[in-house]
Amino acid sequence: MKRLFPILAILTTIFLAYALHLALGKDTPTDAQQGDVYRIIFYHVPSAWTAFLLFFINFIASIQCLASAKESTQRAAKWIVIAVGVIGVIVTYLPQVQQQLVLKGMRPSAIATTVLCIPAFYFLVGWLFPGDRVDVLALTTAEVGVVFCTIVLVTGPIWARPVWGIWWAPGDIRLTSTLVLWLIYVSYLILRKFSSSAQTQMLAAALAVFGALDVPLVYFSIWFYRTQHPQPVIGGGGSMDPRMLHVLLMSWLAFLCFAFLVCWSRFRLELLHREVEAAHAMESLGGATAKPSIPLRRAQ
Amino acid sequence: MNSLKFLYAAYVATWTIHVFYIGTLVRRFSRLRREMKELGKGK
Repeated sequence: MKRLFPILAILTTIFLAYALHLALGKDTPTDAQQGDVYRIIFYHVPSAWTAFLLFFINFIASIQCLASAKESTQRAAKWIVIAVGVIGVIVTYLPQVQQQLVLKGMRPSAIATTVLCIPAFYFLVGWLFPGDRVDVLALTTAEVGVVFCTIVLVTGPIWARPVWGIWWAPGDIRLTSTLVLWLIYVSYLILRKFSSSAQTQMLAAALAVFGALDVPLVYFSIWFYRTQHPQPVIGGGGSMDPRMLHVLLMSWLAFLCFAFLVCWSRFRLELLHREVEAAHAMESLGGATAKPSIPLRRAQ
Repeated sequence: MNSLKFLYAAYVATWTIHVFYIGTLVRRFSRLRREMKELGKGK
Protein backbone atom coordinates (compact mmCIF):
# COMPACT_ATOMS: atom_id res chain seq x y z
CA MET A 1 0.00 0.00 0.00
CA LYS A 2 2.87 2.33 0.91
CA ARG A 3 4.41 1.90 -2.54
CA LEU A 4 1.14 1.60 -4.45
CA PHE A 5 -0.04 5.14 -3.77
CA PRO A 6 2.91 7.01 -5.40
CA ILE A 7 2.83 4.64 -8.38
CA LEU A 8 -0.90 5.23 -8.87
CA ALA A 9 -0.39 8.99 -8.38
CA ILE A 10 2.24 9.08 -11.14
CA LEU A 11 0.07 6.99 -13.48
CA THR A 12 -2.95 9.21 -12.78
CA THR A 13 -0.92 12.36 -13.45
CA ILE A 14 0.20 10.94 -16.80
CA PHE A 15 -3.40 9.94 -17.59
CA LEU A 16 -4.71 13.42 -16.69
CA ALA A 17 -2.02 15.04 -18.85
CA TYR A 18 -2.98 12.75 -21.73
CA ALA A 19 -6.67 13.60 -21.26
CA LEU A 20 -5.79 17.31 -21.29
CA HIS A 21 -3.74 16.81 -24.44
CA LEU A 22 -6.73 15.08 -26.08
CA ALA A 23 -9.16 17.77 -24.86
CA LEU A 24 -7.12 20.64 -26.30
CA GLY A 25 -5.59 18.72 -29.22
CA LYS A 26 -6.24 19.37 -32.88
CA ASP A 27 -7.36 15.76 -33.45
CA THR A 28 -10.52 16.50 -31.50
CA PRO A 29 -12.86 18.38 -33.82
CA THR A 30 -14.05 21.90 -33.05
CA ASP A 31 -17.79 22.40 -32.57
CA ALA A 32 -19.41 24.05 -35.60
CA GLN A 33 -21.63 26.34 -33.51
CA GLN A 34 -19.66 27.04 -30.33
CA GLY A 35 -16.09 26.91 -31.60
CA ASP A 36 -13.34 25.82 -29.23
CA VAL A 37 -15.13 26.95 -26.08
CA TYR A 38 -17.22 23.74 -26.21
CA ARG A 39 -14.05 21.95 -25.00
CA ILE A 40 -15.08 22.99 -21.48
CA ILE A 41 -17.36 19.93 -21.75
CA PHE A 42 -14.28 17.71 -21.23
CA TYR A 43 -13.92 19.07 -17.67
CA HIS A 44 -17.47 20.14 -16.87
CA VAL A 45 -19.31 16.89 -17.64
CA PRO A 46 -16.74 14.40 -16.19
CA SER A 47 -16.66 16.51 -13.00
CA ALA A 48 -20.46 16.30 -12.77
CA TRP A 49 -20.52 12.54 -13.37
CA THR A 50 -17.76 12.03 -10.77
CA ALA A 51 -19.65 14.16 -8.23
CA PHE A 52 -22.84 12.14 -8.85
CA LEU A 53 -20.96 8.88 -8.39
CA LEU A 54 -19.39 10.10 -5.14
CA PHE A 55 -22.76 11.29 -3.83
CA PHE A 56 -24.21 7.88 -4.74
CA ILE A 57 -21.47 6.15 -2.72
CA ASN A 58 -22.20 8.60 0.10
CA PHE A 59 -25.90 7.67 -0.13
CA ILE A 60 -25.17 3.94 0.16
CA ALA A 61 -22.72 4.51 3.03
CA SER A 62 -25.23 6.76 4.81
CA ILE A 63 -27.94 4.10 4.56
CA GLN A 64 -25.48 1.59 5.99
CA CYS A 65 -24.82 4.02 8.87
CA LEU A 66 -28.52 4.52 9.56
CA ALA A 67 -29.21 0.79 9.34
CA SER A 68 -26.37 -0.08 11.69
CA ALA A 69 -28.21 1.49 14.65
CA LYS A 70 -29.98 -1.80 15.44
CA GLU A 71 -29.56 -5.36 14.23
CA SER A 72 -33.22 -5.57 13.24
CA THR A 73 -32.91 -2.35 11.17
CA GLN A 74 -29.83 -3.76 9.49
CA ARG A 75 -31.72 -6.92 8.52
CA ALA A 76 -34.72 -4.92 7.31
CA ALA A 77 -32.46 -2.61 5.25
CA LYS A 78 -30.90 -5.62 3.50
CA TRP A 79 -34.30 -6.92 2.44
CA ILE A 80 -35.50 -3.45 1.40
CA VAL A 81 -32.43 -3.00 -0.79
CA ILE A 82 -32.98 -6.42 -2.42
CA ALA A 83 -36.67 -5.54 -2.95
CA VAL A 84 -35.70 -2.19 -4.54
CA GLY A 85 -33.45 -4.04 -7.00
CA VAL A 86 -36.06 -6.65 -7.93
CA ILE A 87 -39.01 -4.21 -8.15
CA GLY A 88 -36.88 -1.74 -10.12
CA VAL A 89 -36.04 -4.35 -12.75
CA ILE A 90 -39.69 -5.51 -12.99
CA VAL A 91 -40.93 -1.91 -13.38
CA THR A 92 -38.32 -1.19 -16.07
CA TYR A 93 -39.66 -4.04 -18.19
CA LEU A 94 -43.35 -3.11 -17.84
CA PRO A 95 -44.58 -2.41 -21.42
CA GLN A 96 -45.76 1.16 -20.67
CA VAL A 97 -42.55 2.11 -18.84
CA GLN A 98 -40.43 0.43 -21.51
CA GLN A 99 -42.23 2.45 -24.20
CA GLN A 100 -41.64 5.73 -22.30
CA LEU A 101 -37.97 4.92 -21.78
CA VAL A 102 -37.44 4.15 -25.47
CA LEU A 103 -39.22 7.41 -26.38
CA LYS A 104 -36.78 9.30 -24.13
CA GLY A 105 -33.86 7.55 -25.82
CA MET A 106 -33.03 5.33 -22.82
CA ARG A 107 -32.32 1.62 -23.02
CA PRO A 108 -34.45 -0.40 -20.54
CA SER A 109 -31.61 -2.93 -20.16
CA ALA A 110 -29.23 -0.12 -19.12
CA ILE A 111 -31.74 1.19 -16.57
CA ALA A 112 -32.34 -2.35 -15.23
CA THR A 113 -28.58 -2.92 -14.86
CA THR A 114 -28.22 0.41 -13.02
CA VAL A 115 -31.08 -0.51 -10.67
CA LEU A 116 -29.47 -3.91 -10.00
CA CYS A 117 -26.21 -2.13 -9.14
CA ILE A 118 -27.88 -0.57 -6.08
CA PRO A 119 -28.20 -3.81 -3.99
CA ALA A 120 -24.87 -5.11 -5.33
CA PHE A 121 -23.13 -1.89 -4.34
CA TYR A 122 -24.87 -1.81 -0.95
CA PHE A 123 -23.51 -5.23 -0.01
CA LEU A 124 -20.06 -4.46 -1.45
CA VAL A 125 -19.77 -1.26 0.62
CA GLY A 126 -20.91 -3.11 3.77
CA TRP A 127 -18.33 -5.82 3.15
CA LEU A 128 -15.41 -3.51 2.29
CA PHE A 129 -16.08 -0.92 5.00
CA PRO A 130 -17.22 -2.67 8.19
CA GLY A 131 -18.20 -0.84 11.38
CA ASP A 132 -17.24 2.83 11.68
CA ARG A 133 -15.27 2.76 8.44
CA VAL A 134 -18.51 3.15 6.49
CA ASP A 135 -19.04 6.50 8.24
CA VAL A 136 -15.51 7.53 7.26
CA LEU A 137 -16.36 6.55 3.67
CA ALA A 138 -19.54 8.67 3.78
CA LEU A 139 -17.63 11.73 4.99
CA THR A 140 -14.84 11.21 2.45
CA THR A 141 -17.12 10.86 -0.56
CA ALA A 142 -19.25 13.85 0.50
CA GLU A 143 -16.22 16.12 0.80
CA VAL A 144 -14.60 15.06 -2.48
CA GLY A 145 -18.03 15.14 -4.15
CA VAL A 146 -18.47 18.76 -3.05
CA VAL A 147 -15.10 19.61 -4.63
CA PHE A 148 -16.20 18.13 -7.97
CA CYS A 149 -19.64 19.74 -7.70
CA THR A 150 -17.93 23.11 -7.07
CA ILE A 151 -16.01 22.64 -10.32
CA VAL A 152 -19.30 21.98 -12.13
CA LEU A 153 -20.79 25.18 -10.68
CA VAL A 154 -17.70 27.21 -11.61
CA THR A 155 -17.06 25.86 -15.12
CA GLY A 156 -20.78 25.95 -16.02
CA PRO A 157 -21.15 29.75 -15.86
CA ILE A 158 -17.75 30.23 -17.56
CA TRP A 159 -19.09 28.12 -20.42
CA ALA A 160 -22.52 29.78 -20.38
CA ARG A 161 -21.21 33.33 -20.71
CA PRO A 162 -19.86 33.07 -24.29
CA VAL A 163 -22.55 30.61 -25.45
CA TRP A 164 -25.76 31.92 -23.84
CA GLY A 165 -24.58 35.50 -23.23
CA ILE A 166 -25.34 35.16 -19.50
CA TRP A 167 -23.44 33.68 -16.58
CA TRP A 168 -26.47 32.07 -14.93
CA ALA A 169 -30.05 31.35 -16.00
CA PRO A 170 -32.21 32.07 -12.92
CA GLY A 171 -35.02 29.55 -12.52
CA ASP A 172 -33.43 26.95 -14.79
CA ILE A 173 -34.17 23.61 -13.13
CA ARG A 174 -30.81 21.96 -13.97
CA LEU A 175 -28.81 24.89 -12.64
CA THR A 176 -30.98 25.44 -9.57
CA SER A 177 -31.12 21.75 -8.60
CA THR A 178 -27.32 21.48 -8.95
CA LEU A 179 -26.88 24.51 -6.68
CA VAL A 180 -29.33 22.98 -4.17
CA LEU A 181 -27.38 19.70 -4.31
CA TRP A 182 -24.15 21.56 -3.58
CA LEU A 183 -25.76 23.47 -0.70
CA ILE A 184 -27.14 20.25 0.85
CA TYR A 185 -23.72 18.61 0.85
CA VAL A 186 -22.01 21.78 2.12
CA SER A 187 -24.52 21.75 5.03
CA TYR A 188 -23.67 18.08 5.54
CA LEU A 189 -19.97 18.95 5.85
CA ILE A 190 -20.68 21.90 8.16
CA LEU A 191 -22.80 19.61 10.37
CA ARG A 192 -19.98 17.06 10.49
CA LYS A 193 -17.38 19.72 11.26
CA PHE A 194 -19.11 21.75 13.95
CA SER A 195 -21.43 19.34 15.73
CA SER A 196 -19.90 17.23 18.47
CA SER A 197 -23.11 15.53 19.53
CA ALA A 198 -23.27 11.74 19.68
CA GLN A 199 -26.13 11.93 17.18
CA THR A 200 -24.12 13.81 14.53
CA GLN A 201 -23.31 10.67 12.56
CA MET A 202 -26.99 9.70 12.32
CA LEU A 203 -28.22 13.24 11.59
CA ALA A 204 -25.61 13.67 8.86
CA ALA A 205 -26.54 10.29 7.38
CA ALA A 206 -30.23 11.30 7.26
CA LEU A 207 -29.31 14.62 5.60
CA ALA A 208 -27.14 12.78 3.06
CA VAL A 209 -30.03 10.48 2.13
CA PHE A 210 -32.19 13.54 1.33
CA GLY A 211 -29.27 15.12 -0.52
CA ALA A 212 -28.87 12.03 -2.67
CA LEU A 213 -32.53 12.23 -3.66
CA ASP A 214 -31.65 15.47 -5.46
CA VAL A 215 -29.13 13.67 -7.70
CA PRO A 216 -31.74 12.00 -9.97
CA LEU A 217 -33.59 15.34 -10.15
CA VAL A 218 -30.40 17.06 -11.32
CA TYR A 219 -29.58 14.30 -13.79
CA PHE A 220 -33.01 13.78 -15.31
CA SER A 221 -34.17 17.43 -15.18
CA ILE A 222 -32.96 18.04 -18.73
CA TRP A 223 -34.73 14.89 -19.95
CA PHE A 224 -38.14 15.85 -18.64
CA TYR A 225 -38.14 19.68 -18.56
CA ARG A 226 -37.37 22.34 -21.08
CA THR A 227 -34.35 24.18 -19.79
CA GLN A 228 -31.74 26.68 -20.90
CA HIS A 229 -29.21 23.94 -20.25
CA PRO A 230 -28.61 21.80 -23.37
CA GLN A 231 -30.37 18.46 -23.73
CA PRO A 232 -28.25 15.36 -23.01
CA VAL A 233 -25.82 14.46 -25.76
CA ILE A 234 -25.42 10.90 -24.51
CA GLY A 235 -28.34 8.50 -24.06
CA GLY A 236 -31.02 11.15 -24.26
CA GLY A 237 -31.58 11.00 -27.98
CA GLY A 238 -28.79 13.47 -28.70
CA SER A 239 -25.69 12.72 -30.70
CA MET A 240 -21.99 13.47 -30.43
CA ASP A 241 -19.08 13.03 -32.78
CA PRO A 242 -17.38 9.71 -31.84
CA ARG A 243 -14.01 11.49 -31.54
CA MET A 244 -15.50 13.98 -29.07
CA LEU A 245 -17.20 11.15 -27.17
CA HIS A 246 -13.89 9.27 -26.96
CA VAL A 247 -12.17 12.31 -25.41
CA LEU A 248 -15.09 12.86 -23.02
CA LEU A 249 -14.93 9.27 -21.77
CA MET A 250 -11.13 9.37 -21.47
CA SER A 251 -11.39 12.58 -19.44
CA TRP A 252 -13.99 10.97 -17.18
CA LEU A 253 -11.79 7.92 -16.65
CA ALA A 254 -8.83 10.18 -15.78
CA PHE A 255 -11.01 12.16 -13.35
CA LEU A 256 -12.28 8.92 -11.78
CA CYS A 257 -8.69 7.76 -11.15
CA PHE A 258 -7.90 11.17 -9.67
CA ALA A 259 -11.04 11.13 -7.49
CA PHE A 260 -10.14 7.64 -6.26
CA LEU A 261 -6.69 8.81 -5.14
CA VAL A 262 -8.07 11.95 -3.48
CA CYS A 263 -10.70 9.84 -1.67
CA TRP A 264 -8.02 7.41 -0.57
CA SER A 265 -5.95 10.26 0.91
CA ARG A 266 -8.99 11.82 2.58
CA PHE A 267 -9.99 8.43 4.01
CA ARG A 268 -6.53 7.95 5.56
CA LEU A 269 -6.61 11.50 6.85
CA GLU A 270 -9.93 10.91 8.59
CA LEU A 271 -8.64 7.68 10.18
CA LEU A 272 -5.58 9.54 11.45
CA HIS A 273 -7.80 12.36 12.74
CA ARG A 274 -9.93 9.88 14.71
CA GLU A 275 -6.79 8.22 16.06
CA VAL A 276 -5.46 11.58 17.28
CA GLU A 277 -8.85 12.44 18.83
CA ALA A 278 -8.92 9.09 20.64
CA ALA A 279 -5.35 9.67 21.84
CA HIS A 280 -6.28 13.13 23.14
CA ALA A 281 -9.31 11.68 24.93
CA MET A 282 -7.19 8.98 26.54
CA GLU A 283 -4.58 11.52 27.56
CA SER A 284 -7.17 13.76 29.19
CA LEU A 285 -8.47 10.72 31.07
CA GLY A 286 -4.93 10.02 32.22
CA GLY A 287 -4.70 6.76 30.27
CA ALA A 288 -1.33 5.41 29.29
CA THR A 289 -2.21 4.19 25.83
CA ALA A 290 -4.51 5.55 23.19
CA LYS A 291 -6.64 3.06 21.40
CA PRO A 292 -8.43 4.32 18.27
CA SER A 293 -12.09 3.50 17.78
CA ILE A 294 -11.22 2.11 14.35
CA PRO A 295 -8.50 -0.52 13.86
CA LEU A 296 -5.96 1.29 11.82
CA ARG A 297 -2.79 0.94 9.86
CA ARG A 298 -0.74 4.08 10.49
CA ALA A 299 -0.98 6.60 7.68
CA GLN A 300 2.18 6.57 5.62
CA MET B 1 -10.37 34.15 -30.46
CA ASN B 2 -12.28 35.73 -27.57
CA SER B 3 -14.02 32.53 -26.45
CA LEU B 4 -10.64 30.86 -25.92
CA LYS B 5 -10.07 32.88 -22.78
CA PHE B 6 -13.24 31.30 -21.32
CA LEU B 7 -11.94 27.84 -22.21
CA TYR B 8 -8.61 28.46 -20.49
CA ALA B 9 -10.35 30.15 -17.55
CA ALA B 10 -12.48 27.03 -16.99
CA TYR B 11 -9.46 24.70 -17.12
CA VAL B 12 -7.39 26.93 -14.84
CA ALA B 13 -10.31 27.25 -12.39
CA THR B 14 -10.70 23.46 -12.28
CA TRP B 15 -7.04 22.86 -11.45
CA THR B 16 -6.92 25.75 -9.00
CA ILE B 17 -9.79 24.18 -7.02
CA HIS B 18 -8.15 20.74 -7.09
CA VAL B 19 -4.72 22.06 -6.09
CA PHE B 20 -6.26 24.15 -3.31
CA TYR B 21 -8.13 21.11 -1.96
CA ILE B 22 -5.04 18.88 -2.13
CA GLY B 23 -3.14 21.65 -0.34
CA THR B 24 -5.66 21.61 2.51
CA LEU B 25 -5.33 17.82 2.75
CA VAL B 26 -1.52 18.04 2.94
CA ARG B 27 -1.74 20.76 5.59
CA ARG B 28 -4.20 18.73 7.69
CA PHE B 29 -2.02 15.60 7.34
CA SER B 30 1.11 17.38 8.55
CA ARG B 31 -0.77 18.97 11.47
CA LEU B 32 -2.16 15.61 12.59
CA ARG B 33 1.23 13.89 12.25
CA ARG B 34 2.79 16.63 14.38
CA GLU B 35 0.06 16.22 16.99
CA MET B 36 0.54 12.46 16.96
CA LYS B 37 4.29 12.88 17.48
CA GLU B 38 3.71 15.29 20.38
CA LEU B 39 1.27 12.86 21.97
CA GLY B 40 3.86 10.09 21.61
CA LYS B 41 6.51 12.22 23.30
CA GLY B 42 4.18 13.04 26.18
CA LYS B 43 3.85 9.40 27.19
